[in-house]
Amino acid sequence: MSELRYEAPKTLEAAVALLAGAQGLTKVLAGGSDLLVQMRAGRIEPALVIDIKGIPEMTTITAENGGFRVGAAVPCMEIVEHKAFAKTWPGLTEAIALIGSIQVKGRASVGGNLCNASPAADSVPALIAAGAMASIAGPKGKREAHVEDIVTGPGKTSLAKGEIVTSFFLAKRPPHAADAYLRFTPRTEMDIAVVGAAVNLTLDAKGVCTDARVSLGAVAATALLVAEAAAALIGSSVDDAALARLEAAASAAAKPIDDKRGTKEYRIKVVGVMARRAATIARDRAKGNP
Amino acid sequence: MAKHHVTTTLNGNPVEFLCETQQTLLDVLRDELHLTGTKEGCASGDCGACSVTVNGRLVCSCLMLGVEAEGKKIETIEGMANGAQLHVLQQKFLEHAALQCGICTPGMLIAAKALLECNPDPSETEVRYWLAGNLCRCTGYNKIVEAVLAAAVEMRRT
Repeated sequence: MSELRYEAPKTLEAAVALLAGAQGLTKVLAGGSDLLVQMRAGRIEPALVIDIKGIPEMTTITAENGGFRVGAAVPCMEIVEHKAFAKTWPGLTEAIALIGSIQVKGRASVGGNLCNASPAADSVPALIAAGAMASIAGPKGKREAHVEDIVTGPGKTSLAKGEIVTSFFLAKRPPHAADAYLRFTPRTEMDIAVVGAAVNLTLDAKGVCTDARVSLGAVAATALLVAEAAAALIGSSVDDAALARLEAAASAAAKPIDDKRGTKEYRIKVVGVMARRAATIARDRAKGNP
Repeated sequence: MAKHHVTTTLNGNPVEFLCETQQTLLDVLRDELHLTGTKEGCASGDCGACSVTVNGRLVCSCLMLGVEAEGKKIETIEGMANGAQLHVLQQKFLEHAALQCGICTPGMLIAAKALLECNPDPSETEVRYWLAGNLCRCTGYNKIVEAVLAAAVEMRRT
């Protein structure tokens, strides 16, 4: 095994300089719950790991313009335990709460869940439905990107060499807004999504849906943002007819693989059901949010 | 490359060690510091046998590099009893026969202790979900859950 270098920069600038200047395979180390397993299995042999947990803006949750900024390396348990965040974003919080065991969530981060680029990542559909923006730092400075534009395929992202996702921004919520995330797994806990569905919606004072975003996980090479499914809800009171249109649109958008955890036909069917149930939960939560 | 020189607080005591980058905290605990109470099961974060707390947070020591422990407070099973005085959880595991081979036991105890610190009065369901990351291949989970609930009752009394 070649010599593995470890660096723990204290600033974003230092981390970007290390990433941009690196020779050989370089990996960002946040929680390490994917990276260390891949290294141990011999699937990757990095020359350099950059531990970014010493960088304050990557490891804190802060209020910003009435919304939240969540550092990309904040451990999942810290987000789950953040009462104000969980109240505002119950769906995103329940997605994050589904990532592995308590032990894994004590280390694993949302930035890592996104950049590991698994099609079955639980937090990614919920982030996309929430309209989360990723802040990215790189050798050419900082930029913002929609979360749905980061992952390009299994294990692949649109990040350029030297770029790193530093935080996520979740904007201030209007009244009567809520989200929900549901996944289907054969086991109750400690399993990987066969399908996942996230719905984020806003109602007006009369209960009519004025805005919606629907994202599906584990039914394509990347998490999908399904505009047709959102359109099925907008303008309706999220009644049975609208939910039936949403279910059909979600199933129609799914392009899953067959594998040992679910057949293609099964996933197409179940993702529609999960989307409908998630929309029902989000609707009921939104009605309870004055 | 020279080994990393790491300074930590381990079970309340200042501890320094040298490690290679590749060595996990679990490797360091067992092979460098000879604290073999923390077990290696899967080495991939699935079984929880290597559970420790780092700055009070429950983690798998197999999913963390030793070098990442710099400046951190680590608690392992060796720090659980107070001399010859067992922790209530340890006592209840004995009374309820909540172990057979014992490989999962240190991780179960550390995880259960972390649960009772943040939730002194958990329901059975809460105990089962919290311990979902700790696998036992022999006793089965009922006796373990009963022991944790019994310990919670006693710890609330004292």
